[in-house]
Amino acid sequence: MMRLPPFRYLAPKNALEVAGILNGEGPDAMIVAGGTDLYPNMKRRHQMPKTLVSLRHVDDLRGVQMNGGVTIGPNETLRSLERNVDLKTRLPALWTAVQSISTPLLRNMGTIGGNICLDTRCNYYNQNFEWRRAINFCMKCEGDTCWVAPSSSVCWAVNSSDTVPVLIALGATVTLVSVDGARTIPIHELFGTDGIEYLTKRKDEVLTRIDIPDQGEAKSVYRKVRRRGAFDFPVAAVAARLTLQGNTVEDVSLVLNAVGPTPVRCEEAEGVLRGNALTDERIAEAAQAAYRPAKPLDNTDYVSMWRKKMIRVEVKRALEGMRG
Amino acid sequence: MSSNGSSSQETGLSPEAQGLRDQLKEGYNQIGKSPVKVDGMAKCTGATVFADDIELPRMLYCKLHRSHVAHARIVSIDTSAAEAMPGVVAVLTGDSMPETFGILPVSQDEHALCIDRVRFVGDPVAAVAAVDEDTAFEAMNKIVVEYEPLDPVFEPAKAINNEVEPLHGYGDDGNVHKRISMQFGDVDGALEEADLVLEDTMFFEGNTHLPMEQHAAVAMREPDGRVTLWSSTQTPHYVHRAVSKVLGMPPSRVRVIACPNGGGFGGKSDPFNHEIVVAKFALMTNRPVKITLTREEVFYCHRGRHPVLMNIKTGFRKDGRMTGMHFQSLLDGGAYGSYGVASTYYTGALQTVTYDIPTYRFDGVRTFTNKPPCGPKRGHGTPQPRFGVEVQLDKAAHALGLDPAQMRLDTLQPSNSVTANWLRIGSMGLGPCIEKVVEGSDWKNKHGKLPYGKGVGIACSSYICGAGLPIYWNAMPHSGVTVQLDRGGGVAVFCGETEIGQGSDTVLAMCVAEVLGVELTDIRLTVADTHTTPVDLGSYSSRVTLMVGHAAFQAAERARELLAKAAAKKLEVPSVRLRFAENRVFDVQDPERGMEFADAVKLAEAAYGTIAVAGWYTPPPSPGKYRGAGVGPSPAYSYSSAVIQVDVDPETGLVDIEKIWVAHDVGQCINEMLVIGQVEGSVYMGLGEAVMEEMAYRGNRFGVHKIPSLLEYKSPTTKEMPPVETYIIEDPDPNGPFGAKEVGQGPLLPIMPAVANAIFDAVGVRVDEVPITPDKVLKALGAKDKRCGPRSFPDLKITDTMRVKTEAEGGDGTAPRPPKKKKPEKGKGEEVKAS
Repeated sequence: MMRLPPFRYLAPKNALEVAGILNGEGPDAMIVAGGTDLYPNMKRRHQMPKTLVSLRHVDDLRGVQMNGGVTIGPNETLRSLERNVDLKTRLPALWTAVQSISTPLLRNMGTIGGNICLDTRCNYYNQNFEWRRAINFCMKCEGDTCWVAPSSSVCWAVNSSDTVPVLIALGATVTLVSVDGARTIPIHELFGTDGIEYLTKRKDEVLTRIDIPDQGEAKSVYRKVRRRGAFDFPVAAVAARLTLQGNTVEDVSLVLNAVGPTPVRCEEAEGVLRGNALTDERIAEAAQAAYRPAKPLDNTDYVSMWRKKMIRVEVKRALEGMRG
Repeated sequence: MSSNGSSSQETGLSPEAQGLRDQLKEGYNQIGKSPVKVDGMAKCTGATVFADDIELPRMLYCKLHRSHVAHARIVSIDTSAAEAMPGVVAVLTGDSMPETFGILPVSQDEHALCIDRVRFVGDPVAAVAAVDEDTAFEAMNKIVVEYEPLDPVFEPAKAINNEVEPLHGYGDDGNVHKRISMQFGDVDGALEEADLVLEDTMFFEGNTHLPMEQHAAVAMREPDGRVTLWSSTQTPHYVHRAVSKVLGMPPSRVRVIACPNGGGFGGKSDPFNHEIVVAKFALMTNRPVKITLTREEVFYCHRGRHPVLMNIKTGFRKDGRMTGMHFQSLLDGGAYGSYGVASTYYTGALQTVTYDIPTYRFDGVRTFTNKPPCGPKRGHGTPQPRFGVEVQLDKAAHALGLDPAQMRLDTLQPSNSVTANWLRIGSMGLGPCIEKVVEGSDWKNKHGKLPYGKGVGIACSSYICGAGLPIYWNAMPHSGVTVQLDRGGGVAVFCGETEIGQGSDTVLAMCVAEVLGVELTDIRLTVADTHTTPVDLGSYSSRVTLMVGHAAFQAAERARELLAKAAAKKLEVPSVRLRFAENRVFDVQDPERGMEFADAVKLAEAAYGTIAVAGWYTPPPSPGKYRGAGVGPSPAYSYSSAVIQVDVDPETGLVDIEKIWVAHDVGQCINEMLVIGQVEGSVYMGLGEAVMEEMAYRGNRFGVHKIPSLLEYKSPTTKEMPPVETYIIEDPDPNGPFGAKEVGQGPLLPIMPAVANAIFDAVGVRVDEVPITPDKVLKALGAKDKRCGPRSFPDLKITDTMRVKTEAEGGDGTAPRPPKKKKPEKGKGEEVKAS
């Protein structure tokens, strides 16, 4: 069987201790929450932290508060969010995303913070050491070439988080804490530009809270394309948030994920819709506008051109579902 | 069933044997019921000892260093850094084991560790044994191999042209491992006579077994120098032969024990390099050595479904009857022979056993490519052609304006007949199978009548119940069972059969319990151990229930005969009147007059000595006598039919399987629950092949397997499993024990074509290849000819076609002697018989 490489395991009790350890340990340390993604990656030797800083006993990063908006502690397990009836009522798109992640067993361990910070995925990268040696490794780990786009100077590993596109669409903010203090940013600013530098979070920062503003009259929806009804990461995903005034789009937010290294905000498609009636024609136009920036490559399940086509279908279906 | 002992004048049977026949006629004790599996409790509580559960004192852990290039000559192997590591006890390279092995006598092309050449990414080159797994892993990665690259070939259509250096120095022609051409009757004439001739090119992608248990093996040197090997294998007898051959030890000094398999599906039917390596290490180090493969390594062992490109040309009359068929297949064999020669024959063997095909030609080619070797997976070589034939039949029905179900019913191959290619059919329950699924699914109100997007499709199939001939030529039985009775009434049963989850232990116990009238709890099994059990060839080719069943029946009957004689004397009742049931032996005319089973054993032991008897089974000879006739014959054939209802989303191409109705002609259930389990399991596996599973490689990226993991190699979950309605057809076959036929493989076969045919009914497109993924459905919807599939079929370069006269032509099953050739044939005739 595949076994974990040796590592040091630290178990602090609160967020400040976490930040202190990260500051002291430097870039060889990593936070582990549920470990459902990190441990398999370590077994395959493509993530090799020397020190793991566990959030298992960090209680001040747990909890869900609902006032006007919703505040979620990133250490909250996906399972507990899935079981949160109020969350299901208030933020159905987020709940849909959460309960679609992997399997019940892994949701018992996995956390929402872990899903937000999920390492980008690629089937040239999520392979064991011997396999990666056969392709002479890749840009994201120990190699030089991005094998899915050999002429590319950047890594095309895919952001495969289910919760991220929804949180972006809902206008969430996240708070990051280090020994230098706290900063709060819109969640879309958390994401970098390519599959390697996929987070703007510094190595010494810990994600401490997720704030989702009051959604007012807005409706939201999450649609996920994947092969099977369980286990699978998305290979094309659409999150949409829509405020309608009658049949007129007052406000709209449309976000794609799993079609590139970063979540894609569809500003052109949003522009097509904003201030206009949500007619079939507008929906088709918006779906086409959303389709263009999606750049799926052949590094996930399913044929990449089909995934791109599904963006058009799923945007259309998302918008149609929120009409009337 | 064969009998022995003195026969009475009237029936030809001894009074004891006649008594047993009468007992069975009056109703079964066990057969057809659903007692809990004899190994069920151990499986549920975790008590079952799988190979990886074995822990022995001082045990070492083994890892294999595998090739990271697809095709290369080995220039040098430097193991010094690994050997220098603390905790490393031994390191092995291929030169220590120069003897070749392989499952088929004609394909002895594997080394335990590669010596001069690697042939795919994952081919093992060196091995390490260390005190723990972490050390073994680290040491394995310190081995440095220098390679001189060779051009790889990944596509059979390219391999057939022999533009690169051949992978092996044997075979029919460069990278053509096997080329076959045979014709039964005048196919060209028959096609000319036809009202409709269809020619289709189709492709069936390769897929793998995906057993939950990864292969594991443990070896130990016994104090007297013998070696014992525990392994998750379906074929301990063949592993025994291979280990003995490669290690150069007499078979009597090698003991192979097959642990219960956590699933096999054909993937554990070959002897494997890792098994030989741990045996060698155990002898070298005098310490037990274990290896447990990672999931990636299981993908490299493979031996799964061959990718097959097919070309099928068939003539039909207006009423749907076929006049003849020309079937061509091109198999992508991967890097080694494995069962491949048999697989190639199987792609052409069983087309004829479902519907009447009066004239038939088969051309088949298997090529070597630089990928993990293909071999037998559930249905061995027959699901691919069955997909092609059943989809083409659907097309023919559509073209002729016939109902596809009725057309099939009208063209069935009759029972008790001989096919064009000389296969003898016994019982044939396909008609009732079709009728059941047609009725159950409300086919007549659905086919062609559901709204756009929804559709139903039908397909049928047949499978062998054990191969007629063994893998290596010998005249001995295929299965043996010994039964030994305790004075306390216990029954010890010994048999080489291997439990792979299919229920063979239970079938063995039930057959013995039936004859002796004891409970399953009275029976103790010792199985799959080459030192203590009579040979059974293994859990493959759906042979176990039929062959072990016969052997168990015969052994139990022989024990019963001794008990009946002794009891008859004591009870003063003719032994023909004795019945064995409920742990008693009694007079059928006066049931009070009887004794406990244990008392009958005591009487028999007093009269005849220790009660230990054997039974065995050899299949009947086949009428086919031509070269290649060894693959296809079976004592009996099972039949299946399925109707599948789908909902196709024309915007996405996604296919939702809504419901499946499946009927299977099993002859007679031994254990009904197990039969249903095997049918449902087959359906589930078939669905994966139909819509998801593929062994995908990156030919442009050094030939790596694209997705060697349980997460990314997509196989259905419970969420994808639709409701399944199972119908069991019982039409006892005279060649089956109690009339039983196979159920482990056959019901998988109709699933893939039924899905394809249902998609046509739903949205009017043909996807002529599996897996049927949504992108292919969309492609077909957008295509002018409403089809997605291969467009061409390469020239197989057939020069000689063997001609065999059919029975209708007055043939005798032989082929005329071919004209004298200038040079003698390679090899010594066709050694491959079957699998």
